[in-house]
Formats: sequence, structure tokens, C-alpha cells
Amino acid sequence: MAGSNSFYGPLDPASDAGYVDAPPRKGFFTDTSVCIGCKACEVACKEWNLVPDDGFNLLGTSYDNTGGLTANSWRHVAFIEQPTAGGCGHGTDTPGAFAGMPTGPSVSAATAVVGAGVGQDTGTSPGVQPAVDALAAAGTIGTQFLGMPGTDLPGRTTDAPRSDFRWLMMSNVCKHCTHAGCLDVCPTGALFRTEFGTVVVQEDICNGCGYCIPACPYGVIDQRKEDGRAWKCTLCYDRIGDGLTPACAKACPTESIQFGDLDELRERAARRVEALHEQGVDQARLYGHDPEDGVGGDGAFFLLLDEPEVYGLPPDPIVTTRDLPAMYKRAGWAALAMAATAVASFLGRRA
Amino acid sequence: MAEAHPVGFQYVVEAKKRGAKVIHIDPRFTRTSALAHSYVPVRAGADIAFLGGIINYILSNEKDFREYVVAYTNAAMLVSEDFKDTEDLNGLFSGYDPEINAYDQSSWQYAGQQDEGQSRGQAHVDRETASGLEQESHGPPIPADVPRDLTLQDPRCVYQVLKRHYARYTPEVVERLCGVPQDKFLEVCEAWTANSGRERTTALVYSVGWTQHSVGVQYIRTGAIIQLLLGNMGRPGGGVMALRGHASIQGSTDIPTLFNLLPGYLPMPHHSQHETFDQWIDAIRHPEQKGFWANAKSFAVSLLKAYWGDAATEDNDFGYGWMPRLTGDHGIYQQVLDMIDGKIKGYFLLGQNPAVGSAHGRAQRLGMANLDWLVVRDLFMIESATFWKDGPEVATGEIVAEQCKTEVFFMPAANHAEKEGTFTQTQRMLQWREKAVEPPQDCRSELWFFYHLGRIIRERLADSKLERDQGVLNLAWNYPLHGKRGDEPSGEDVLFEINGYEVATHKPLSSFTEMKADGSTAGGCWIYTGVFKDGVNQAARRKPRTEQDWVAREWGWAWPADRRTLYNRASADPEGKPWSERKKYVWWDEEAGEWTGYDVPDFEKTKPPSYRPDKDATGVAAISGDDAFIMQGDGKGWLYAPSGLIDGPMPTHYEPVESTVRNPLYEQQANPTRKVYDRSDNLTNPSPPERHAEVYPYVFSTSRLTEHHTAGGMSRQLAYLSELQPEMFVEVSPELARERGLQHLGWAHIVTARAAIEAKVLVTDRLTPLRIEDRIVHQIWMPYHWGNEGLVTGDSANDLIGITLDPNVLIQESKVGTCDIQPGRRPTGKHLLDYVQSYRDRAELRPDHQAPLVTTEVEEEG
Repeated sequence: MAGSNSFYGPLDPASDAGYVDAPPRKGFFTDTSVCIGCKACEVACKEWNLVPDDGFNLLGTSYDNTGGLTANSWRHVAFIEQPTAGGCGHGTDTPGAFAGMPTGPSVSAATAVVGAGVGQDTGTSPGVQPAVDALAAAGTIGTQFLGMPGTDLPGRTTDAPRSDFRWLMMSNVCKHCTHAGCLDVCPTGALFRTEFGTVVVQEDICNGCGYCIPACPYGVIDQRKEDGRAWKCTLCYDRIGDGLTPACAKACPTESIQFGDLDELRERAARRVEALHEQGVDQARLYGHDPEDGVGGDGAFFLLLDEPEVYGLPPDPIVTTRDLPAMYKRAGWAALAMAATAVASFLGRRA
Repeated sequence: MAEAHPVGFQYVVEAKKRGAKVIHIDPRFTRTSALAHSYVPVRAGADIAFLGGIINYILSNEKDFREYVVAYTNAAMLVSEDFKDTEDLNGLFSGYDPEINAYDQSSWQYAGQQDEGQSRGQAHVDRETASGLEQESHGPPIPADVPRDLTLQDPRCVYQVLKRHYARYTPEVVERLCGVPQDKFLEVCEAWTANSGRERTTALVYSVGWTQHSVGVQYIRTGAIIQLLLGNMGRPGGGVMALRGHASIQGSTDIPTLFNLLPGYLPMPHHSQHETFDQWIDAIRHPEQKGFWANAKSFAVSLLKAYWGDAATEDNDFGYGWMPRLTGDHGIYQQVLDMIDGKIKGYFLLGQNPAVGSAHGRAQRLGMANLDWLVVRDLFMIESATFWKDGPEVATGEIVAEQCKTEVFFMPAANHAEKEGTFTQTQRMLQWREKAVEPPQDCRSELWFFYHLGRIIRERLADSKLERDQGVLNLAWNYPLHGKRGDEPSGEDVLFEINGYEVATHKPLSSFTEMKADGSTAGGCWIYTGVFKDGVNQAARRKPRTEQDWVAREWGWAWPADRRTLYNRASADPEGKPWSERKKYVWWDEEAGEWTGYDVPDFEKTKPPSYRPDKDATGVAAISGDDAFIMQGDGKGWLYAPSGLIDGPMPTHYEPVESTVRNPLYEQQANPTRKVYDRSDNLTNPSPPERHAEVYPYVFSTSRLTEHHTAGGMSRQLAYLSELQPEMFVEVSPELARERGLQHLGWAHIVTARAAIEAKVLVTDRLTPLRIEDRIVHQIWMPYHWGNEGLVTGDSANDLIGITLDPNVLIQESKVGTCDIQPGRRPTGKHLLDYVQSYRDRAELRPDHQAPLVTTEVEEEG
């Protein structure tokens, strides 16, 4: 163990960092099962923290046009359109949102008739139903449209029957790790541990060295191109110090983002998972809540409805500085060994 | 709801946490569907078939709340023998007049109804002036002794008429017509009925896209019929609620920005129907009719006293002669067409962006380009203020900036945080809003603008002796001025005037029952009387729900008389006892001899349940002790509307005006009474039985994204919102993408008889083809937020839509239409016009094209 307030240390980060009588550790519990993807968190965060916009780019990844957590987006709502066998509505009890919906040759009878130039009756006389032949035409002509550029979404093809579907949404944020790699590697002290156990960059100290960026196991912290400095969520350090709720949690209409004492949030989360399991949402699970995980547990943890990878989260994050003490030790031994070799060689020459 | 009303959706999430089942029915899988237990895809424009199927399920399985239905609805009333249903006449009701495309409603009435019915053409006038529903809310004159059959067995009773009308709306038909699998449909039926009755109630919440159909009023009616049959009206947790498009839309009909209404739903006088003051008053109160509208004269006189103060006297009919009169259709769409025709010279736009937000954007812009002057008050320089220099018609050469004669005055407006006032939300609750900051620079409130506009006009006219100017000159326009600049009228002063007061003492009225017909009271909106009770701004009450009971009556103020639930007499049984302990709300206290409960009873406080009126009683005295629906002429909730609705007494499935399929239920294709404007600049895509529907083979719908606000005036100007949805796009299913060769994130353009617009393609599983009858129908979806101003720009989806209106309220059909979609960008410049014309040519849409209103032979009435 190298140093009491850095690297891979105990699970009480604030007192470990030297705070006496630190307040209870604060954090976020983000319950994705009630997220409606409104992005109020993204906007509120930018409004409060004066974060610049991130550019106007249609990304085509469902309704996510933010793309990820960056220096200019400290909250990011991910949207996952997912074919699934588990029922719609965030994996609840009713099967088959799209079961029974037609697929395959998918042209309307009228279009097919026009396309084929067969001039079949399309049911346009009063009271006359569309001719069956028109439908047959649809079947045969429809295939002529195939071969166009592929538009299949991952996980299903147009020929496969529509079965089920769900749309997952998750507001991602800095995890405020117990063992924070970014903090460990910051050479200037710009990144520091607050009395609330959160991790904050001081914008007036950061020199833009960028060490913290590869040190984050989640890819959260990022350098702003315009000024070179590193930026990320502060868990609204300026608000919580005044007893206010962070901007994102305050703006969240469905209490998907909950702010509070981490211990209490963990209990609340455990109850919520239990309740969802009782309602048949078997896939509900927590992510980042476990002090035993590779980062000593996250200050901001999540309730997910699928594997973390589905949301773009690493399944088994490990603080990047975990092995540093061992590596230093090894490097030390290596240095000693080299020194010994050198000494030996000098001694040998004399000999 | 999660998509357009995310803040309101928190209550759905909360209910879900407590075990509520959430079902979402929508043509496209939205953010609401994502949180629902069950999602039901449906064809746009087929809602009456779907809801009619539910009515059929309720009636054929006897799932109705029978005691409620017998006591509080008109189920037992007998319908005239002359009435013929759409089931008999292939989609038309009896009384259809093909010359004026309207109904003579005489045959729809109750048996034994004394009224002679309408004169020929009455329905036509009602349609022109959107006044049919005034009859609905006021109710027809009903004698106390019309024949009824309380056993509901008589084949002519409303219950049986309704049952026959919907007998063909079976689950199989719903599947064929709406594309909804039968098991999914039955799941909805079972959930709705199981959650209704003595112990439980269900709320029906719709968003206003439901109203934007050629049968929009009948959509809502179908929902209301279900709610009445299941006993969900006037009870806690029940009701039909409209989620409004933005803040205080309820308020803008209460104190209307509509051409046909005055405050408190009093009708705007019509030049021939309401020539005299008494004619106007009698048209509202219907002498000999029962119900609270009998007091209409005191409401109307108080309004005129508020307008004209001391100048309004008994001798001059309180200034009635100064009131403007309707001469016909002055609805927004008629006005726009009149602008194109050069009949209208000036136009005020306040917080409205019709160049993007209204149907048929091209007509809107061409109309505005043909004015003498246009005043735009908005927060930003919106498309409706700049169309003349960089709108789409400038690109096509239809508008030449140098030649456009419209003089545009742009006045910067204060936003909601920069001015005080009230918002009235869907529960009819007024909530006071404080001013947080001063508006910047030249931005001013509407109150400031109209006060000073009125002041200046009155100064200009001061010496005028012209008769037409006397109404303006005699207005009571004396508002004390306040504020930093000393030129701002006070919102509270105006709310006080709206509330009403005794003229002599200036004492605020506490209830509309205190209003007088002799001119001794003044009040700007009778239904709002009480909002300034005791001289206190009741709308500003903010007691948290944690500090009061669950009805939370000390938060804001709800009209009328601070009632939180309308018609709440129905929350008790006919004897006045709560239907159940769980749903206890308002009840009769035998000992105290009065109605009591958690809410303000919507009934005369001391009228016992056993009260029965005399045969000759009229007005309030004619309301029976168990007539829960006190504003209706018969005191009953209407399952069947014996008059008032222009398109029929019962909702019937008609195809949208633009449809890809023939109406599977009737030879009558679409609403035969819809309001049409057949003009060369407003062509309608052909639909069956017309030929060439295949030129526009797909169904499209439009709506909102969470990230933007309506026509984008308040969101496309803000970087934090623009970056979240930066480009106009169109959503298509993978199946349609394959059929038309559309690439994800590639360009596509969408074509109708009005316009062609372009958008980026989002291929998504959230849209699905549907099987309708024997064919597969593809639906595409677009947001309508973009225009050519702001940080992010794009084509406007509303340009695609034509002008065809619901006959009752003159709202446009803008949530369903037909179109074609093709890969690639649209042509530009003059080529765009040629391109749209090439589609019209293929569809044989000539400039004089008229879609047939009647698609069946009208059978002679027996």
C-alpha cells in the first residue's frame, strides 16, 4: 500500500484524504428503469456549470446526439434500441411489442401494382375490396425492391420475424470512484478528493498534461480542445456544499437520478432491485455499487436492465493505478538489481 | 406523454412504481412506450375503430357500470323513430343534405322531444362559426318527461342504439382496420374495464394531437362514451384530461383567443342569429331549459360591464351594439386563404409561428406575404417574421423580397419569467406566476403591449364621431400603471377584473352566483369568479401537498368555484352515498342537510338527492336531485348526442381524408361533413375510392420531440437544446427503408400534393408496418420543429399538410396524411415546384380537383 491517501487504498476516501469529521460520502444512484430519456440532466448540468455546447451533429445512434461523456458533456443519456426476447417496457411482463407485425416483402398492394404496371384493381371502386391479385402482386413485386443498400439494424434482419423490442435509456456520468485513477496520476493536484468523497478538477490549477485521461477506467474525463484542460462532472461541488441537490438530479422529472448519502442510496438501490425482481424484471441489476469491485465501488452507481456492455460501460473496471505499487516495487527491485550489477561490474573490473 | 410532457410523466412513473399497469397505444414506439408494460402499435387515423371496439367489448360483455349508467347517463332515453344509423345508411346518419354537406339533426332527437329541430342549413352555419358544440355544452331543451326505459331493453333506447351502432366493431374488425392483433386489443379492453367500477376508476389522458383530425371531436367523444359507460366521470381518479401543447392552452380557451367565443364560453354574437341582445342571451340560456346556463344573462351583462364600465347601461343593452359580430367562418385557415386572396390587410402574431407551426406552411407564408402589415411579437426572430426574405418561397421564386409588400413590425416580447400572470392547466387550475426578472432592453409583456396599443388607438380616435369607433372609445381602459418605468399595468388588477366585483363598492365577488343581470356587477370571465375571493389572489396559493389532504385544495385555484373535479355529484350514488369507501369524494350529509366531501360539491349545496322538479320547472330548479351533469340540458352525461354535433350523434369510423385504404366498414369513406377548402393551392391527395391513391402510398404522422418546443422558436435558438436534436429527420421502419432504398443517416425527401421536404433518415425498429385488410401499410413519422431560422435549420413537416378541418371546431387534420418518400435530397428552386407538380400530374390532381365528400348513394329516408 503506497501512501494513505492515494493509489489503491481504504474504502473511506474522504477521511483517507485527510479530512477530519468529513460529512457522509455523497453520490448518485441512477435508476435507468425509470429514465425517459428527456435529457433534462444534460441541459441542467450545462446551464449550471456553464459547459459549452458540444456541436450540432446528428449521430444516428437512436436519439443520442451527444455521443458520450466529454469535456463538454458531463451527463450523457445513452439510447439503446434493442431487439429482445424479454418483453417490452424495460423488460417487464408483457411479451411481444411487435409480435405478429408483418415483415418480409413489405410493399403496399397499391404500390406493388403500380410498380409492376399490372393495372390490377386496387379497390378504388366504392365498396370493392382490394383484389387478391394485387396482394399476390405485392408478394412477387416486393422482392424486386430487395438488393438496395443494407439497412438492417444490428441484431435483426428484415427477413427475421418481428418479435420484441425495448428501448433502454441511461444517463451516464463520472463515477467518482473510491479508488480514482485520475486523481492518483494528477501531477499538479488539480484533481482532488472533496470532503464529500467526490473527485473534482480545479480548473485554475489544471495544466492540461492529460495524464488523467488514460487513467480513467470508464473513459469519462476528457480534455477540452479549446483550452487543453481536463473537465468532468464535479457532482456540483458548489451546490452540494450549500446543501443543494446537483443540477442534474434536481432537473430529473422521474427521479431516475437520485442524489444523497452513498450508504443510504445503496440501501435504496438494493430495495429497488428487489422490487423489480418481484415485478418480474429479472434483468435488473446494480452496477458500481460494490465496494469490492476493481475501483472500490463508485460514488455514482447505476441500476441497469442489461449487461453493462450494452450501455457502453466496462463490465469489470479496475483502477488503472491498482498495480502501480507492485510495479514500483518491481521497478525498485530492478533498479537495485541493475545498480548491484553495475557495482558488481565495477568491482569485477577492479578484481 | 413522456415525449412531449416529461414533467407530467413523473406521475405515471410514480403510479407504475405503486403497481399501475401502463399501456401505450401509438403508431410509433416512443419514449412513453419504453416505460410502458405493453405497447400497442396502431394505424394513424383509426382511433374510433379502436375505441369503438372497446365500446363493443363493454356492451356485449355487459361490463358497464350499470347503476351509474342508468342514473347519470342518457342510456335510458328513447331515440326518435325517425333516426337511422350509419349501419343502415352505409356510413351516413339520417338527415344528410348532400347540397350543403350537413345534417338536419331533427331525426336524431329523443322521442317526444318538444323542440322542432334545426332549420335547414343551421348545421352549415354552425360549422362556419364553429358553434355546434355550444349546443353540446349548453344542452338542448329537454322536457322533464321524455320517455325513458330504465331497463335499457327498449330497442330505441340510447343503450340499445349504441350497442347496435358498435356491434360490428369486433376484435376481428379492430385487427383488420387498426392493425392491432386481437390479443393485444383484448388486453387493453380487459385492463380498462377491470380498473373501473365501484372500487376503481380509470383516467383517460390524451394529448392534443388527438384533436387534429377531420373527426377529432368524435375521437374525444368516443373516449368520453367509454368513460361514462364505465362510471369514470365525476369521480376521483377518473375523467378525460387533455394534455395541452403548452402552458395555459386551457386558459386561452377560457378567456379565448378564438374567433367564435367570448370569455367563459359565451358565444361571439352572430350578425343574423343574434341581432338583438335578447336573441343573444336566449341563444345561450335556452328559456325553458334546465341547468346552470339559465343564469347566462348575469354572466353576459357582467362581461359587458367589465368591457364598457359606466358606458354600459340597461338602456343601451350594456353596450351589446358595440360588440363585433360574426358573419361566417373567421377561423385561422379561412383567414390565411383570405390573405392569399387579398381580403385581409393586417395580422397580429403573438407567440405563434405559423410559417412553421401551422398546417400548409406554404399557404401560411404566401398569405402573410400578401398583407399590408404584419406585427410579430416573439422572443426571437422567427420564420414568420423573416419568410419574406429567406423563406422557402424565396428559393422557389414565389416570393421576391423586393416586391413583397408586407411591412413586418417585429416587437420583442417578454418571456414567462419576465412577466407576472396566471397559467391555467388541464385540470382548469390557475396558478399565479411571479415575475422573476425584468425583461431585457425593449422586451415587453403582452399586457403592456395591448394596454398601450389600446391607449394610443383611443387617443387617435378621440375626436371620432363614427358609430364604428364608439365601442373602442367607450371601453373601460383605466388601468393603474406600475413598475420601474411606471408604464406597466398590474396583472393582479386584471385578474381582479376577471374575477368580478360589485360596481358600486368595488368589492370582489366570491362566486358567479353573485353576478347580477341588472348591471350592478362587472366580471371579465364568470367561470373565474372566486379567484380573487376576499380580495386575495387565490391562484397564488402554494401550500405543499405534504401539508394538506390529497385533494390539495390550497394549491392554486380551479374553476368553477375552486372545484377540483367537475360533475363530482357523480362520485356518490343516486341516493347521495359514496359508491365505495375507497372512492369516496363528495356525498350527501343527511343530518346537516347538505352536500359535503373532500372537494367543493358540484351541486346545489342543500338540494337533496330525493329532490324532483315540478313539471314546469326551468333552469336550476329543474335539475333533479340525481342529475349529476348539471350543465347539460337534460342533466345527463351523453352517450348519444341528440343534437349539437355536426358529424353525428355517435362517433363512427371514417378514414382520414388522405388514406391509403378504402373504409372497411362503410361505403362512406371519410367524414361527410368535414370542412373543406377546395382550391388549386390546397389540393388533397387522392384516396379511395378516387383513383391514383397509389401515387402517395404511405401514411405519415408528425409530432414532437422532447428536446424541442413546437415550431422551434424557443428551442432552435438555444445551443443546449439544438445540440440534442440538431437536424430534421424522418423515421422509417427497416422494411420501408428496404422498399424505397433509404439509407440510415442518408437523405430522403417526402412528397405530398402541397410540397416536398427533405430530411435525414433514421431507420428504426420503433416503426413497424401494419397489416390492414389485405395489404401492408407503412407509416412514417417526422418531427415538425424545424424551419430556416435559428442555430439548427431544416425543412418543416407542416409544409406537407393540407387544410381540411373538423366540422365542429375547425381544427385541421394534421396528424395523418398520405405521402411518398424517396431517397436523396429534394430538388431546389423552380425545379421543386415542377417536381411537386409532376406528382400531382401522375395523381391527376387538376387545379379544380375536389375530393368527393359523399362516397355512397344517400338512401331515401323512410
